[in-house]
Amino acid sequence: MKLTLKIWRQKNNSTKGSFETYQVEADEHMSFLEMLDVLNQQLIEAKKDPVAFEHDCREGICGSCNIVIDGRPHGPQKGTTTCQLHMRHYKDGETITIEPFRASAFPVIKDLVVDRAAFDRVIQAGGYISVNTGQAPDGNSIPIEGDIAAKSFDSATCIGCGACVAACPNGSAMLFTSAKISHLGLLPQGKIEHSKRSQKMVAQMDKEGFGFCSNVGACEAECPKEISLDNIARLNRSFVGSVFSSE
Amino acid sequence: MKLDSNVPEGELAEKWTKYRSTMNLVAPNNKRRLEVIVVGTGLAGASAASTLGELGYNVKCFTFHDSPRRAHSIAAQGGINAAKNYQNDGDSVYRLFYDTIKGGDYRSRESNVHRLAEASTEIIDQCVAQGVPFAREYGGLLANRSFGGVQVSRTFYARGQTGQQLLLGAYQGLSRQIATGNVKMYNRHEMLDLVTIDGKARGIIARNLLTGKLERHAAHAVVLATGGYGNVYYLSTNAMGSNVSAAWRAVRRGALMANPCMCQIHPTCIPVSGDYQSKLTLMSESLRNDGRVWVPKKKEDAIAIREKRKTALDIPEEDRDYYLERRYPAFGNLVPRDVASRAAKVACDAGNGVSPTGLAVFLDFSSAFERYGHSEALSQGINNPTAEKIIDLGREVVKKKYGNLFQMYEKITGENPYVLPMKIYPAIHYVMGGLWVDYNLETNVPGLFALGEANFSDHGANRLGASALMQGLADGYFVIPYTIGQFLSKEIRTPNISPDLPEFEKAENDTRQRLQRLIDIKGNQSVESFHRRLGKIMWEYCGMSRNAEGLTKARQELRALRDEFYSDVFIPGTADEFNPELEKATRVADLMELGEVMTLDALDRNESCGGHFREEYVTEDGEAKRDDENYAYVAAWEWDEQEPQVHKEELVFKNVELKTRSYK
Repeated sequence: MKLTLKIWRQKNNSTKGSFETYQVEADEHMSFLEMLDVLNQQLIEAKKDPVAFEHDCREGICGSCNIVIDGRPHGPQKGTTTCQLHMRHYKDGETITIEPFRASAFPVIKDLVVDRAAFDRVIQAGGYISVNTGQAPDGNSIPIEGDIAAKSFDSATCIGCGACVAACPNGSAMLFTSAKISHLGLLPQGKIEHSKRSQKMVAQMDKEGFGFCSNVGACEAECPKEISLDNIARLNRSFVGSVFSSE
Repeated sequence: MKLDSNVPEGELAEKWTKYRSTMNLVAPNNKRRLEVIVVGTGLAGASAASTLGELGYNVKCFTFHDSPRRAHSIAAQGGINAAKNYQNDGDSVYRLFYDTIKGGDYRSRESNVHRLAEASTEIIDQCVAQGVPFAREYGGLLANRSFGGVQVSRTFYARGQTGQQLLLGAYQGLSRQIATGNVKMYNRHEMLDLVTIDGKARGIIARNLLTGKLERHAAHAVVLATGGYGNVYYLSTNAMGSNVSAAWRAVRRGALMANPCMCQIHPTCIPVSGDYQSKLTLMSESLRNDGRVWVPKKKEDAIAIREKRKTALDIPEEDRDYYLERRYPAFGNLVPRDVASRAAKVACDAGNGVSPTGLAVFLDFSSAFERYGHSEALSQGINNPTAEKIIDLGREVVKKKYGNLFQMYEKITGENPYVLPMKIYPAIHYVMGGLWVDYNLETNVPGLFALGEANFSDHGANRLGASALMQGLADGYFVIPYTIGQFLSKEIRTPNISPDLPEFEKAENDTRQRLQRLIDIKGNQSVESFHRRLGKIMWEYCGMSRNAEGLTKARQELRALRDEFYSDVFIPGTADEFNPELEKATRVADLMELGEVMTLDALDRNESCGGHFREEYVTEDGEAKRDDENYAYVAAWEWDEQEPQVHKEELVFKNVELKTRSYK
């Protein structure tokens, strides 16, 4: 199939970017990123600068890939990362618009590559259970109800890609942050630090310049791992509690 | 060069405990003054960096990713082994040790493997305490499943995303240490050289990938946890960025590469679909718990399937060859990976493959749907369920166990595996070979340590499923925090190493020139095109089966490819900016040199064992034929531009009897 690609090109963070148009020949079995590989091969053969995009595992789990495709983070398919999107969902002659994730907390590095280090700093603020190596009791000493473990797991499947932020009109990181707080807070091991953790992570989130949450729900709709809005509700409930009970 | 494994004296089961309690320690006030560099943030690197930080060392940690959480450990699916014996099915530390030695075809070091088995139980406790949401039974206790090559259920898992959950646990621990300042994290930094001073590893040259600036980082010791080199085959289940460069740069500075030809080919991957393909995707081995592997008995059926005139559903039961169950009745579909992979190749080479390329076999869940459906109907109290109802109920059970894998399969292939059986084929997945290390996980370069997949030590010639996660975390959480003390306790009087020393300047200049040389070639071919050609040579001659003639030819082709690369590669941009093509070029250049040593190693090893299958050394019924008399050694290669040299560490087996590995 022949496709027209309109791709955001931006040399670095201090220069202005713009869309450029390219033609590419794709095969229905290709992944979206393999289609971009084909384009880059063409560009390199023509001694031009290839399109920079972030990618690594190409199996939907590392969270590296982050492209807005026709206005949607990770493209049109529900619950799918860019790397797992396949060209069989496109038709010959289509035009595809490709942009980086846009959010003030994610500055552009080059073309489609953005800096998501703010997420790391949110985790560093408290997204862990404080246990040193060697201190742990036997793994079976605290039974955890299957449903609770499963809920915690569902929250823990976040891949840290930032689609929630890119999808949100406010550039909020509430889904990302609340998913981590839920993952840990639902487990007996993580309950002890729950209030402090919530406060510290939310404070860091604000400091990083992520916007506020106004319950739009676009984050859940675009999340490639289908992380639920329940996480945000859960955080809101416990956060209010923790503010009232804090020293 | 004499390779001393430094294995402590004493009975196998007591070595580690005794060694741990008598080894040299570094006092807390001295730990604060000692600096350690950790390169890599996968399971091994993140767990090592965070634990060393907790102990009070000054840690600098490096990753080429934008965040430590992206390391490829994240993609491991199936699970992690531990000798907990929670299932009361006869498991023990000894059995896990024995299974690993046997599974590795008797080419690993007894003492290291036993220590791994001992540490396995602590790992699970540690991970649970960190908040890893392992699968649990109704009663709230930890669940287990089986993996290939063993007859007990000792694999702990978090759906099909175990690696992700374990890595996030280690990443969170690391994040906590970054917050305390004990670990300084360098994201988007790639190690491009090792700096040695008076023979000891004292630092690295790292490139800031955003600015292109070369940086000197000094420390008292350097720990490499930089993963494996499966990408030498171009197509593999590794991530696109996985590479050998950190380890290879260490080899260029005198470290030895052990058993480089030992690569694991995973039997259950989604088959190649076209020339544009950039990577292969694994379908977890756990699927072989419930999936049955088969090909049509008749070639005409296979051809009809390939030409899409028939589907798997048109082949009656009696015309299906469940070849693993037929050839290996004791282990059936759960034979180890090397055995399952070769059996798939045999079936496809005989003309019975089922994809358009002829290179695929079926992994069929229909009997699992039926079996689970029956018991589900019983437990739900459904009387006289119809056949369809049973299958529906069974599908639901399978969905709960492997839902994300089935979904991933459908996304990639466009076929629904709940209706048609999956098509799978072996692919490069893991490497058992790696930097040679002694019992302390120290390489032959004093002060340079290697952990996880980057070292060679625990899996011999074949790794069992769910053991990579176990090894990465054992090395990082429970081994290196102790063993690094053996080296650092002698360094407490060494002041901080200055990055202004001439050795650093030289290494930085060498690196700068190397990068500039690549940029200056300004040829006509992309890095990617060379990488693909490298992969083809390696897969053809040094892949699932090898022979002396092919390996000799491969070496010549690799040398010719390398010459062509250095005269005709084209890298856009400069070395002083964000330049992903330059990053790829340095990695591919190193992989090409490694490839040559792999062919030499495969040629040196005149036997078949584990993942190394030499066509000349086969038993009458087509199984691998080991030669314990002549090849029970670790081959550790010293790099030389002209003629790399091999050094040998004899493997001594005092606790297990070397037997022909049989899964029949």
